[in-house]
Amino acid sequence: MIMPRRRQGHRGFFALFEHLDSTIEACKALRAAGHKGFRAYAPLPEHHLLEEGLALKHSPVRVFTLAGAMTGAATGFAFTTWTSMDWPLVTGGKPVFSIPAYVVIAFELAILFGALSTVIGLFINAGLPNLRRMVAYHPECSNGSFGVYITAPPAQAEAVKRILSGFDPAELREDPEGFDV
Amino acid sequence: MATADARQRGALPNPDVATYEAVNRDVLKVLSRPGKGWWVLFAMAAAGVAVFLGSWFYQIYQGIGVSGLNAPVGWGVYITTFVFWVGIAHSGTLISAILFLFRAPWRQAIYRASEAMTVFAVMTAGLFPLIHVGRVWHAYWLIPYPNSRFLWPNFRSPLVWDVFAITTYFTVSAVFFYLGTIPDLAAARDQARGLRKKFYQVISLGWRGTDREWHHFSKAYIYLAALATPLVLSVHSVVSWDFAMAIVPGWHTTIFAPYFVAGAIFSGVALVITLAVPMRKYFGLEDYLTVKHFEAMAKLCLLTSSIVLYAYMTEYFLAWYSGEPPERGSFWNRVFGHYWWANWIMLTCNGLVPLMLWFKRVRRSIAALFVISIFINIGMWFERYVIIVTSLSHEYEPWAWGLYRPSYVEMGILLGSFAWFGFWFLLFTRLLPPVAIAEMKEVVPPPMSSRKEAAT
Repeated sequence: MIMPRRRQGHRGFFALFEHLDSTIEACKALRAAGHKGFRAYAPLPEHHLLEEGLALKHSPVRVFTLAGAMTGAATGFAFTTWTSMDWPLVTGGKPVFSIPAYVVIAFELAILFGALSTVIGLFINAGLPNLRRMVAYHPECSNGSFGVYITAPPAQAEAVKRILSGFDPAELREDPEGFDV
Repeated sequence: MATADARQRGALPNPDVATYEAVNRDVLKVLSRPGKGWWVLFAMAAAGVAVFLGSWFYQIYQGIGVSGLNAPVGWGVYITTFVFWVGIAHSGTLISAILFLFRAPWRQAIYRASEAMTVFAVMTAGLFPLIHVGRVWHAYWLIPYPNSRFLWPNFRSPLVWDVFAITTYFTVSAVFFYLGTIPDLAAARDQARGLRKKFYQVISLGWRGTDREWHHFSKAYIYLAALATPLVLSVHSVVSWDFAMAIVPGWHTTIFAPYFVAGAIFSGVALVITLAVPMRKYFGLEDYLTVKHFEAMAKLCLLTSSIVLYAYMTEYFLAWYSGEPPERGSFWNRVFGHYWWANWIMLTCNGLVPLMLWFKRVRRSIAALFVISIFINIGMWFERYVIIVTSLSHEYEPWAWGLYRPSYVEMGILLGSFAWFGFWFLLFTRLLPPVAIAEMKEVVPPPMSSRKEAAT
């Protein structure tokens, strides 16, 4: 297990919420108070939380998908063309560079490379696999509850705590040391 | 709020499951207790795998002569079964990717099991070319690399396309399947203890369900689905071109690609029904796999069955209309020749029996669907047998006609392949959550504070 990254001089707060709407409202309130870089936890891809609560927009994963698919198609065409030009031999009366036949190879490689680079893009952007010890986490977040984790310097800690407790959390945990998650 | 929106999106809230906690409880319960029935099935599957491997090793030891393959029928049960299993694989990707893009409200409960089915079916199918080539220690010759004179394989050959299509399909469907399970493995990790917890800790990759993870995950999932959709249509088209690109009467037609794709989805959905019925009963998932889900799958069967039946009729019509004696002879031979029985099994199981699905009462009866789905599985295996064996046995020159009879070794490998598939599927039901937990929660009303409920 790798140790988690610490945020020096910060305190950490983990609030566990039972309700979706209070989680969204809490995230909105934290953003309104000027806080960034906090984490929300959910047991499902909840679009309202991601889009309303956290205002997340485009994901760069799509660039990986496009780049991978185009690389795959180019590789497929280049590979088939190069190998047939390497020893040009007419077989079955077909042209040495048989475009329709090579489309099949290029297509399959476009899908293969596109899919694999999508996964790479996801892993890079989402920070997976995450081998660090799970500190700022609550097992209920994979069951039926939502969570918010935020770190703040001691000067702002009380304000953050007040915002979070305003939304009726089921549990509010305070770490003397904040973690970068 | 979210519930109303979910309704507008067409994702009907699942009426039989009330809370997120219920989803975790019911699905993770399946992982915790094997039960006697499971062990009996597992023992049977393991015995079948022994038959499978035993027959294969016998064939490796004795040589491919122990199969019934010979001139003129050089493709028999092995290739038939290969095409059968590739076809089975298709419904999984259909349900997980295509229905995902179409936002079909009933896919959530069924897609994990059918996606697992896809991966295991491709794993099974992938063995058959290796079995079929006989000298399996040369199987690496399938990989496209130059020979000792630096001559590359012929990329105009559909058999080479097939290698690309099947390996891509296996890789992408396995990745898609694994990626979808990661959040559910995290849910299993959070409830497991001891050794199991360690196992889920490793394979859930430290998933915590943060906004950052979900944001990129849900986007990546859409792109993967968008890539898997054309892939699934291409794979069985490429498999069909293994036949259609040859000039064998009965194979050489342009209808083959759509005809094979429809047949693949038809057989695959049928196998999903066959597997989902006992799974639902045995694991107590009646609230998740409801009659509504089965009815939706029955409609899919009915649609694809109509396409397949239409393709059969088109084939007969075109054989007659072509005026080509070998083409006409081939189809006459299919219906009235030596293999007439196989053809009639195919027509009955794929064309006639599914007609019963026009009745709502049949579509809503799980017992009836189970029986019909088994008929379809049998019929779809025979469809490939008819296409492959009868066409090869009756080509152009009458002196080159011949018959094929599968040997016991081939039958052992055929039956064993079902056990091999079942072996993996049984392991799957014990180790991975068989219903997608996180995605199920999308059709369960989210927990709202009472304040909000009063307002809406």
